[in-house]
Amino acid sequence: MTGFLVLEDGSLFPGRQVGADGVAFGEAVFTTAMSGYQEIATDPSYAEQLVCFTAPMIGNYGVAERRDESGGVAARGFLMRRAGGREWCRWLAERGIVALDGIDTRSVVLRLRAGGALRAAAVAGEADPDAVLAEVRAQPAMAGRALVAGVSAGEPARVGAGPVEIALLDYGAKRSIVRRLVAAGAAVTILPYDTPATAVLELSPDGVLLSNGPGDPAALPAQVAVVRDLLGRVPILGICLGHQLLGLAAGLETRKLPFGHRGANHPVLERASGRVLVTSQNHGFAVEGDGPEVSHVSLYDGTVEGLELPGERARSVQFHPEAGPGPHDAWPILERFVEEVGRVAAAA
Amino acid sequence: MPRRPDLHSICVIGAGPIVIGQACEFDYSGSQALKVLREDGYRTVVVNSNPATIMTDPGFADRTYLEPLDPEGVAAVLERERPDALLPTLGGQTALNLASTLAAEGVLDALGVELIGAPLDVIRRAEDRELFRATVESVGLRVPTSRIVTSADDLRGVALPAVVRPAFTLGGHGGGFVATEEELLAQVERGLAESPIGQVLVEESVRGWDEFELEVMRDRADNVVIVCSIENLDPMGVHTGDSVTVAPQMTLSDEAYQELRDAAAAIIRAVGVETGGSNIQFARDRETGEMCVIEMNPRVSRSSALASKATGYPIAKVAAKLAVGYTLDEIPNDLTRTTPASFEPTLDYVVVKVPRFAFEKFPGADHTLGTQMKSVGEAMGIGRTFTEAFLKAHRSRELDPGAPTPWATLDDLPDGLHPWFREQLGEARELLAAGADLLELKRAGWSDAAIATARGTSEEAVRAGRHAAGIRPSYRHVDSCAAEVEASSNYLYSTWGEDGADPPAPRRSVVILGSGPNRIGQGIEFDYCCVHAARTYRELGYETVMVNCNPETVSTDYDTSDRLYFEPLGEEEVLEICEREQPVGVVIQFGGQTPLRLARTLEDAGVPILGTPFEAIDLAEDRERFGTLCGELGLAVPPWGMARTRAEALAIAERVGFPVLVRPSYVLGGRDMRVCYGPDDIPCDEALRGASILVDRFLEGAVEIDVDALCDGVGVHVAAIMQHVEEAGVHSGDSSCVLPPASLSPAELDAVRAATRRLAPALGVVGLVNVQLALQEGELYVIEANPRASRTVPFASKAIGVNLVEAACRLSAGARLHELELPTRPTAAEVSVKAAVFPFARFPGADPLLGPEMRSTGEVMASAADFPTAFAKAERAAGRPLPPGGVAFVSVRDADKPAVTELARRLVALGFRLTATTGTARALAAAGLAVEAVRKVGEEGDGPSVVDRIRRGRCDLVVNTPQGGGARVDGYQIREAALAARIPCITTLAVADAAVEAIARAGDEGALSLQERVEARTA
Repeated sequence: MTGFLVLEDGSLFPGRQVGADGVAFGEAVFTTAMSGYQEIATDPSYAEQLVCFTAPMIGNYGVAERRDESGGVAARGFLMRRAGGREWCRWLAERGIVALDGIDTRSVVLRLRAGGALRAAAVAGEADPDAVLAEVRAQPAMAGRALVAGVSAGEPARVGAGPVEIALLDYGAKRSIVRRLVAAGAAVTILPYDTPATAVLELSPDGVLLSNGPGDPAALPAQVAVVRDLLGRVPILGICLGHQLLGLAAGLETRKLPFGHRGANHPVLERASGRVLVTSQNHGFAVEGDGPEVSHVSLYDGTVEGLELPGERARSVQFHPEAGPGPHDAWPILERFVEEVGRVAAAA
Repeated sequence: MPRRPDLHSICVIGAGPIVIGQACEFDYSGSQALKVLREDGYRTVVVNSNPATIMTDPGFADRTYLEPLDPEGVAAVLERERPDALLPTLGGQTALNLASTLAAEGVLDALGVELIGAPLDVIRRAEDRELFRATVESVGLRVPTSRIVTSADDLRGVALPAVVRPAFTLGGHGGGFVATEEELLAQVERGLAESPIGQVLVEESVRGWDEFELEVMRDRADNVVIVCSIENLDPMGVHTGDSVTVAPQMTLSDEAYQELRDAAAAIIRAVGVETGGSNIQFARDRETGEMCVIEMNPRVSRSSALASKATGYPIAKVAAKLAVGYTLDEIPNDLTRTTPASFEPTLDYVVVKVPRFAFEKFPGADHTLGTQMKSVGEAMGIGRTFTEAFLKAHRSRELDPGAPTPWATLDDLPDGLHPWFREQLGEARELLAAGADLLELKRAGWSDAAIATARGTSEEAVRAGRHAAGIRPSYRHVDSCAAEVEASSNYLYSTWGEDGADPPAPRRSVVILGSGPNRIGQGIEFDYCCVHAARTYRELGYETVMVNCNPETVSTDYDTSDRLYFEPLGEEEVLEICEREQPVGVVIQFGGQTPLRLARTLEDAGVPILGTPFEAIDLAEDRERFGTLCGELGLAVPPWGMARTRAEALAIAERVGFPVLVRPSYVLGGRDMRVCYGPDDIPCDEALRGASILVDRFLEGAVEIDVDALCDGVGVHVAAIMQHVEEAGVHSGDSSCVLPPASLSPAELDAVRAATRRLAPALGVVGLVNVQLALQEGELYVIEANPRASRTVPFASKAIGVNLVEAACRLSAGARLHELELPTRPTAAEVSVKAAVFPFARFPGADPLLGPEMRSTGEVMASAADFPTAFAKAERAAGRPLPPGGVAFVSVRDADKPAVTELARRLVALGFRLTATTGTARALAAAGLAVEAVRKVGEEGDGPSVVDRIRRGRCDLVVNTPQGGGARVDGYQIREAALAARIPCITTLAVADAAVEAIARAGDEGALSLQERVEARTA
């Protein structure tokens, strides 16, 4: 064994180093998605986290640039039962990412399920577990952390040439969101996370998309204020962190979930249609609510999975309709948004 | 949407006898469905001709019909029961075909029966090739280019290579890959003959593409979930039933997988399956990613049974609930209880299925794998890595030494195997070769036995070393959700180097050992017994622990026992489970030969065996000890001797006189058993492989008798005496048998009972024992005794109305016979007949003859007021309906010629016209019978040969007995032609007699349920 994982509760899991050397600190979380390891690795929402794959064989089909969901790897490290491909391991090593295989991942999951998401360190190479544990316990907890600055676009950018103008507030947006918007007929202007509402409205977009992103939404009061300013003045669709910001802007509260929802098989009830969507998810916080504005609920634990504010022409989903990775059941949410705001704009 | 209130009673059709392509998975699905339908308050009716199924047990449905699964048989039941609905999606292709026939013919409408689960238009869109193609193309996908052919004249311009697929056949039966014009023509002719609608599809070959399957569910609110993805390791061109498969899929990227997922959802919607599950197969070009849809089964399938076991998602149960109107989000996930069935299982382990072949049973048959399924069973392995799962499944096959099989070793990997699998298996092999440390080898999936072989030591030594190093397996739960949600799963598998689930709290438990993969000689009958054992011990207050590795079975349904260990039935695994469970005892009498092989090891390890001890098994299996015991008891056995070489065998044969029967010890299904008529037939030394074999006098022409009895160690209850229809020499599993015996005198029956009463306690049986006897010229011989549940137990239990397994379990738990309140004498008013079904049509090249080596895959049962009626019905149920008249072709060996004239005379009296080969024709003409002589294939003369006539269907019944003395090749072409033309072909005079009797005297008896038969008996 050439590495180990240590959780803040002191539990230790031996493993074998398959990525870069070093010690990676982060919040240990797990994802139950069975495919899409590269998309997960490049999803900015995993910033400051150590991602444990419950799927036992990771890396089987290599890597390809087109699967990147961002320009880099936001997660701090990866934990696998077995890394089943050299190309994947090389890819991790080249990016300086700590990764361990041979980890008893199911026991890690059971630990996280019981104790909630825990601070942890993945060590590739030699280190004194007790010393590392002390450092783990000195790390900040995820609750209260504002992380979007580190993963948002620095400069505005424009993608696509469709007839519908969408402004995307980038809190760490996945490329699949942009790709789906463009495919649905949008021209997307990607704006840094700290773009003021006035600047957004100056673009007179047909709709605004609040993207996914990492960290605690409650630690982003300035972004909530921007959303509050936008509310009612332009149609809005929020995804994941964007959904949480919309909820906060609408006066709801958010809380940290014990261990979050991360995977590609989560059933969500769409209240209006009575239909069940199998969704891709990645979130550690959730909006609290049980009012008529709740449009979607998790069939796993009843948590809020979507909001609909018809008066404000705003809606949001906690899950990832863009998929990448995961099922495409919810693609129509993005398609409908582009279509609807386009129609309204055309009629105006 | 709650369940439909307008339905009150529902009929479920089973899949009938076990055949290649349709095995116990449909008992698993059918019994699950019946269970949930009853829980939901529906009155249930089941029709299935297979007595060895759990679904046909009287407690499983309100009305149980063991009737032939032909349109008349099912229609008769529907007419009697008038159910509101017919659910045809749980009984395989058999049930689906029957339902579509009955719907198309208007029978269902006339009786007011609604087809639920899959309405007729859905079945058509999925099953009719042309409609399916159009449906797939309507959603922007494609199927391989193809052409429907209804005559061999439609083949001009077909591109080669191509695949020939007959419509509506089991397991792609009658189809195949063809590369040349000649092969194309031959295959199309065969396929046309096989297809019940005379239609085949000739399609573009995608041989070599990767093959994937998705298990899809859809409800009437249009929710769709993918339960499982399955990847075939053998690429396209090998039937999926014959492929090694892995779940979840391993080699597709997320975007490629989602493409399949989208396609599957689009197809199930376009085909219109609204309330149930489907299996959809895809071919995908590994390089270009191009995708083709291969086929869809709008029903529960073999793959869905595998997917259920692989994921813990009970597809059949959910499908039944969907069929009565529930939506997926209204159905709870059994394992988590807190989440609904509208999710997609996620796996934190890997599952590999490996097929089990039986080519050794069919010498002369082609072993090449193709689009026609040839495997007889399968084993599944669960592990935390691919290699661990693969190696577990691989060793679960329990191959006979030297048996030819694909994937024999890791050196024997198929061409076209995806490089990723090759790499993984290569790494595992290198670890073993390089002598990696023990824990690493165990984590890769290597067994103690394999490590021992690699290290040149014994399995016991490896195990001792492993225990000394503290390396023990840990056990993990299959929970459908990768531990994300708390689950109350009782479904476990082992792995290494991890923290496992805590061992169960100490309670009074029993470990029941299952029978492993289906094979010829050991199939569903034993699973039936294991399931009943679990139920009985539960009733007796024990916690039941099941160990098995066969994904098709009811025993591996996690509902069957308190805990299920899905593990290979090896010494290593069973000992570790016993160590963990600390059971009161291990139950080994119900899993056939598999658990018996572990008996000695268990006893040596100090694990108590419940019921009959190892000593009794050894006494019965060791031919030398058994012969001696019979001598002491004053029971006659055929004169015998033990040999290790051909010379020794010859000496014994000379002493006891030819013909002799040569057979090894500890075998099931008559493996390597043969009748030798002269010195030339005695196997050579190499064939004997130095093992000790029994050589005894073959009792030619004797009547064989099978007895199932219960013994409490002292007293004996002779529960069932069955008489074989075939004479001695045909394996008991292959012969038809009748209960009560048709032609034994009261004195002979008393002698049979007396012999059984002496033998069972002398062996030390506590539980069930099966004794085989033969009656020759007034003398009763003991042939063998099996101190365990036999293959006939389910049939006998149903025929006499006594659950023999339950009784045996109570005895092994300490009850005495008198406490069981068994009926003193069988009270069955009717005659029950069991008939076997054979897979010969799958093995062209192998002679479809019956002999001492068992070759049947399954059985059917029929009961009636008299033997001819029951026999006729059983033959119908076995798919060999007896013709009422027409042309009978007779060709018998010289020894049978005197007897055949009487038979022929009766055929003529029944209105048959006789044809015969020259010799037989001469004998018949000499007896004054009108007969047309037909030339054999090699014979000079004019006109078509006998084989031509049979092929052209100018014949309705074939009676062909083979020559003794080893020259059993003469009639081979005749028998094969009859098989291909689906003409009943009878190969023994005894059966010919029974058949003629049945044609002459079979009554027209309506369907009667098991429950009504029992009521009639007790009234």
